[in-house]
Amino acid sequence: MFSPENRAKAEGLVDRYPVKRSALLPLLHLVQYQDGYVSADGVAECAELLDLTKAEVAAVSTFYTMYKREPMGRHLVSVCTNFSCAVRGGKEVYQRLSDHLGVGHDETTEDGAITLEHAECLGNCEGAPLVNVDYLAYEMVGPDAAVELVEALRRGEQPEPTRGMLPPGVREASHRLAGIGPIDPEGPGQRLGLATKEHGAVPVADAGPGIATGVIAFGAPSAPVADSQPADEEDLDEAQADSPAGDADAVRDAAAAEGVDADEIAEEAAPSAADPAVEGAATEGDS
Amino acid sequence: MSDVAPEKPKLIPITIDGQQIEVEPGTLVIRAAEQIGVTIPRFCDHPLLDPVAACRQCLVDVDGARKPTPACSEQVRPDMVIRTQETSELARQYQRSQMELLLVNHPLDCPQCDKGGECPLQDQAMEVGPGESRMYEKKRVFTKALPINAQISLDRERCVLCARCTRFSKQISGDPFIELFERGALEQVSIYGDQPYESYFAGNVVQICPVGALTSNSYRFGARPFDIKRIPGIAFQDASGANVRHDVRKGVIQRTLARTNLAVNDAWLDDKNRYGYEFIASPDRLTTPLLRGDTGSLQPASWVRAVDAAAEVLKDVKPEEVAILTGGRLTDEDAYAVSRFARDVVGTDNVDFRTSPHPDDLTVLPTIAGDTTVTNTLVEQAPVVVIAGLEPHEELPLLFLRLRKAWRQNQQKIVVVGPVLGRLEEIAWQWIPTEVGGEAAALQALATGDHELLAPITDVLGADTVVLAGERLSGSPDALPAAHALADAVGGAFAWVPRRPGSRGAVEAGLLPGSLPGGRPLATPGPVADVWNRVPSAPGKDAASVFADAIDGTIKVIWLIGVDPVADFVDADLARRALESVQTVIASDLMPTESVRRADIVFPAAAPTERVGSFTSWEGRRQAWPQATGAAGHVLPDWDIVRQVARGMGTDLGWETANDVRREAAPLMAVTDERGPSVAEGTVWSSQAPSPDRPLAVAPVPFLLQEATMLADAKELLASAPPASVWVNPADADGLTDGHLVTVTGPDGSVELTLAVTPSVAQGAVVVPTTALRELGAGMTHVGLAPASSPSTPDTASAGDA
Amino acid sequence: MPQVKVLSKRYDEPDAHTLEGYTRLDGWRALKRVLGQDPAALRDVVKDSGLRGRGGAGFPTGLKWSFVPQDTGKPVYLVVNADESEPGTFKDRELMERDPFQLIEGIICSAYALNSPRSFIFIRGEYLFPGIRLEEALAEAYAAGYLGEDIQGSGFSHHITLHYGSGAYICGEETALLEALEGRRGQPRLRPPFPAVAGLYASPTVINNVESIAAAGQIMEHGANWWKQWGPERSPGTKLFCVSGEVARPGNYEFPMGTPAREIIEEACGGMLPGRNLKFWAPGGSSTPLLTAEHYDVPMDFDSIAQAGSLMGTGAMMMYSDKTSVIEATLNWIRFYEHESCGKCTPCREGNFWVGQILERMLGGRGRPEDIDTLDELADNIFGRSFCALADGATSSVKSSIKYFREEYEYLIANGRLPEHIEAHAGPIADNAQSDRPRMMVGTGHV
Repeated sequence: MFSPENRAKAEGLVDRYPVKRSALLPLLHLVQYQDGYVSADGVAECAELLDLTKAEVAAVSTFYTMYKREPMGRHLVSVCTNFSCAVRGGKEVYQRLSDHLGVGHDETTEDGAITLEHAECLGNCEGAPLVNVDYLAYEMVGPDAAVELVEALRRGEQPEPTRGMLPPGVREASHRLAGIGPIDPEGPGQRLGLATKEHGAVPVADAGPGIATGVIAFGAPSAPVADSQPADEEDLDEAQADSPAGDADAVRDAAAAEGVDADEIAEEAAPSAADPAVEGAATEGDS
Repeated sequence: MSDVAPEKPKLIPITIDGQQIEVEPGTLVIRAAEQIGVTIPRFCDHPLLDPVAACRQCLVDVDGARKPTPACSEQVRPDMVIRTQETSELARQYQRSQMELLLVNHPLDCPQCDKGGECPLQDQAMEVGPGESRMYEKKRVFTKALPINAQISLDRERCVLCARCTRFSKQISGDPFIELFERGALEQVSIYGDQPYESYFAGNVVQICPVGALTSNSYRFGARPFDIKRIPGIAFQDASGANVRHDVRKGVIQRTLARTNLAVNDAWLDDKNRYGYEFIASPDRLTTPLLRGDTGSLQPASWVRAVDAAAEVLKDVKPEEVAILTGGRLTDEDAYAVSRFARDVVGTDNVDFRTSPHPDDLTVLPTIAGDTTVTNTLVEQAPVVVIAGLEPHEELPLLFLRLRKAWRQNQQKIVVVGPVLGRLEEIAWQWIPTEVGGEAAALQALATGDHELLAPITDVLGADTVVLAGERLSGSPDALPAAHALADAVGGAFAWVPRRPGSRGAVEAGLLPGSLPGGRPLATPGPVADVWNRVPSAPGKDAASVFADAIDGTIKVIWLIGVDPVADFVDADLARRALESVQTVIASDLMPTESVRRADIVFPAAAPTERVGSFTSWEGRRQAWPQATGAAGHVLPDWDIVRQVARGMGTDLGWETANDVRREAAPLMAVTDERGPSVAEGTVWSSQAPSPDRPLAVAPVPFLLQEATMLADAKELLASAPPASVWVNPADADGLTDGHLVTVTGPDGSVELTLAVTPSVAQGAVVVPTTALRELGAGMTHVGLAPASSPSTPDTASAGDA
Repeated sequence: MPQVKVLSKRYDEPDAHTLEGYTRLDGWRALKRVLGQDPAALRDVVKDSGLRGRGGAGFPTGLKWSFVPQDTGKPVYLVVNADESEPGTFKDRELMERDPFQLIEGIICSAYALNSPRSFIFIRGEYLFPGIRLEEALAEAYAAGYLGEDIQGSGFSHHITLHYGSGAYICGEETALLEALEGRRGQPRLRPPFPAVAGLYASPTVINNVESIAAAGQIMEHGANWWKQWGPERSPGTKLFCVSGEVARPGNYEFPMGTPAREIIEEACGGMLPGRNLKFWAPGGSSTPLLTAEHYDVPMDFDSIAQAGSLMGTGAMMMYSDKTSVIEATLNWIRFYEHESCGKCTPCREGNFWVGQILERMLGGRGRPEDIDTLDELADNIFGRSFCALADGATSSVKSSIKYFREEYEYLIANGRLPEHIEAHAGPIADNAQSDRPRMMVGTGHV
């Protein structure tokens, strides 16, 4: 389960995209920030947030290599073994680290400091052989230097990478990968998340009374309709106020969440000329 | 209801294998080839699923294409020139190469694979595959037989990853609990952890699997394709009329599959109809007549003795002291035979096929006899469908699939009226949530169109609107007539959607008090009077009045035919007391049900597959089937049982075969102008006001997979059912969450059920499975809800007893 | 043709990644020029420039834009493909690290031309540092009114969302990228419908590579003819070439299209490593067919490389010497494609698995004479028959290595080992193009 703080971040992510399922990849990074891997709780909570089945969430999480099945150590050490690194000694680096740490691919040292992986091309071939710590680059690292690097990490040091920043720990990196900026919302660093689902929203068909607004109007058996009033006037007002916009989202999201092809969502969502969000112009300014 | 004829699209000329043909725009190459009799090999392609072009087996050669073309996803273009394996060495080479790749990791376990002998991969490998493998390396292996639910096993190494099963669950049934996991050479179908593939449609993925990867446990290692007989049948678990095929070995059904009929069930079947056949071969079946002997226990008896005993009993009392109550499994022939037997031979109009009788039925149902306006096709094409008193996912799953298809493909607007939205939540366009019993007001408001809030809905209602009223709707006062009136008011079509297979046939045959075959009132029997010797003049009693009068002693004989009121009647306690009070109970049934155990004379009835017969589906579609299985013991079809008893009473009804019955019945059950409301009187159930401890109004829903006579022995099927649950709105959950065990309390008792908190139930209402109702008390309309013992507080087991 | 610095013109400036630095270094000129102009005219400028996509396929960017219907009532989305995962490719990474505002300005200009209210930068998750650079730049751009509502008082509004991927090469394929961006498994979609008509959220969508969008911005600033001053007619402009492997100074170098490979390697990269001679090379990443020393003078543009039997790809020149085994390279890449195959279609999923098995067996000393033909035939059976281009790329090194180095395969099969002169590796890089550029540490890289 997300902590209340992370739950709020998760809901912010869900709110960021015109179709909420888009938040799934970021949410899974957020799960890794909290739990260090894609936990069963995390899968369940993503499913709940996005109206998906757990199978649908896990189908996605098992597709991508950055989502881990077991809790990661403090740091994730990735060694590139694709050919431009291999030809410069990448495989020897990996082998040496593996021997030195006593762990294999995607395994974590007993002290919980290091998770080791061999990685496909990390897009930094001019620095072969490349070692990434928490996705930050240490270039031109031979086997000896690699051992020194992980030993420093184990000692709790943060050796300076060739570019980027001091490796913060892979959980902290996962927070950044969720696309929600620095962990401390009041601390230094940039702010993102300015765009919301309203920006460039896909227009959807109007939806109507009832859904999720509680019982309306029709209660007493055989009561003439003209006379029937909702038990609570506010309920009805709310029902009217909430539709169509609020319900439209629900219907659209439900369609998207249930795996209806995007084509169909679009066709079902007959363009509504009145929807100002189409041009992304009538929404609130940056907050 | 005439369709607005859409402008005929211009046909597209193409050439396949040298043959010039014209096909409709949008046709896929693979379908176009089928039109000239060329079957392009394929695995992932399925005509009812979206193309995915994953298996690449269907590659063909198209003029001007830079690459080989997958026939399953390529739409025809004008003047396209296509060469398939029939005329192109290139296409043959494409297909050979893909087959080799498909077999790279496929195990050679055909001899013990259930699919062997009927396997598309095996067949096509024989046809186009290489004779010998060039693969010297190790194949991929997975742990064998992963159970994906109680009924279905998955052998992943046999899977060719065609994604038919995952597309089915996503696109057709909308319950994607199976998915593709991992990627690349490790990609595999799976469920998530311990969350099983809980779907009423799961069995379809077994049927559409093109290899032996998905198999049914009930069939696994049970038979071989070459030693089973394939016999067509009609689904007997509900009113869908689904076309099925029974695969029979040594007179016993090994499995049931869907037969493709696009007008009825497409190519699909729900699991109840697919797996609900075990009762037929159950050792518990009644196989011989029983008579209550001197010791008070039921003893086997010969047919002659049993028939004589029944005839004796019936002759000894006045006609109006006899009641014949029937159940939902009766075929059309049985229903007609019983209808005539009661009126003509016994002379009573006390007949009723309902287990939950309501007076509104009597005004509406006779008027729909013979009406076949609303079909599956019409439902699918209707731009707007209004649904009331029906939760199709639970009550008629194949209708749910039809609605879902219409929603997905035609953007159908589905309007739900009533306290329960249920699984229609996904596809409903509008929901008008009412209080329990409030449907009539809502339907009337839709009809008059003067309710402001409903304007978006009333604006789109019209001649092409279809109104579907479930059999439960009559339980809500005035709602069934209101639904009918709504259809009339907007000029649309109306259908009554019963749940059980024999219900519509019972309406057609006149198994309602006051209603004769064809829905004719007693007063205007029309041609019925020409065929029957007599027709009662006074209308009879409905089932509830029968039971009440049995306790009073004015009903002396009750004959139960395929019905178990002690279990199924809306007021089970009333039924129990009636059967205990009444002088004689005769029962014709399949199983020793609770009611049968209270009977004095018992006739063993034939199961649907043990005889020929026909059912009229909810659409009014009458479909006959041949006998598929050998008869258990000395059973007889129900029509034959009443024929024998009639003979014992001195009347020869003139039938020798089921066809004789059908020939006599058909003209009487055809659509007629003489239809009209029955004048019989029905029971109005008393209602009870909510109280502080019982504040929630009950919306009873018969869940699809709950114990029933015809689900006896279907262990795997019942195990695959979601746990019996009560559904409440989050506002009424009172802090309880999904999966909580709760105590539901009625006036007479309480039951423990799992809670499902869902916005698809109106506030103030609670959905309770009908099977749980009888524990709660007769005529109960309100219940209370409280947490049952929770792990942290083990001492509050009776927290609900307030 | 000497090196030119068009897209890489700010690479040597230490503060180009800040708003202040970017503004001082002639930033935002394209935007000022573009805002207020007729979007259709701007689209024509890009079309006229002949700019071809820099992500691998080389599809003309302007033509892609012209497919986008402007009147559907749905928003047009712009998706920037920053999922740079092709082995040997790192040009977009350095651009985003050193000059993130160039990309952002390119996006705003392109979005204006396309009438797009919202864009997404889909960046591979492993690119955390370039991602953070972009996040910082986006925050500054928003704060300075270059993004958001009513940009610079023009009435045009645009929002950019940075979206990290999660480790899948296939997401570089544009429809797989859309699937990932929609929260699904990154498996390519059937076309039609094409993304231009029904892409992200079934709305009209343009998907362009980082380098393409950066170039498009500059083209809208300077005009089509300015761009055409470089390169041959059908491959105009400059190109970021990322050179890796056994060269003396690997790195990103910008040259006009059509510059001979020899010139790039010898003049910019300091040639091959001492004592090593060029044996085989991939001109555009591991998906492009290998070339040999014979092709050293091939002009690096789309058509010339195609004529030589390979592909421009991403311009990732992977250079390997005579001390390196082409079979080991092929196995390395096949394992990459096997690992990155999405699993959707049979030839890619099973074919790469099998090819890898055969190569591994050969290198393990258990090759069979018929293996070479089996490999060659298998590659043919995969190429063009799979769902997307991933498997086509996978076969490139198999086919071309057999074509040019059949004798190495024969030697391996006959002797059960590689020739004596093959060395395990060439040792770590000591010096690269980045060594001359400012060091990049994030001062505010807070977590």
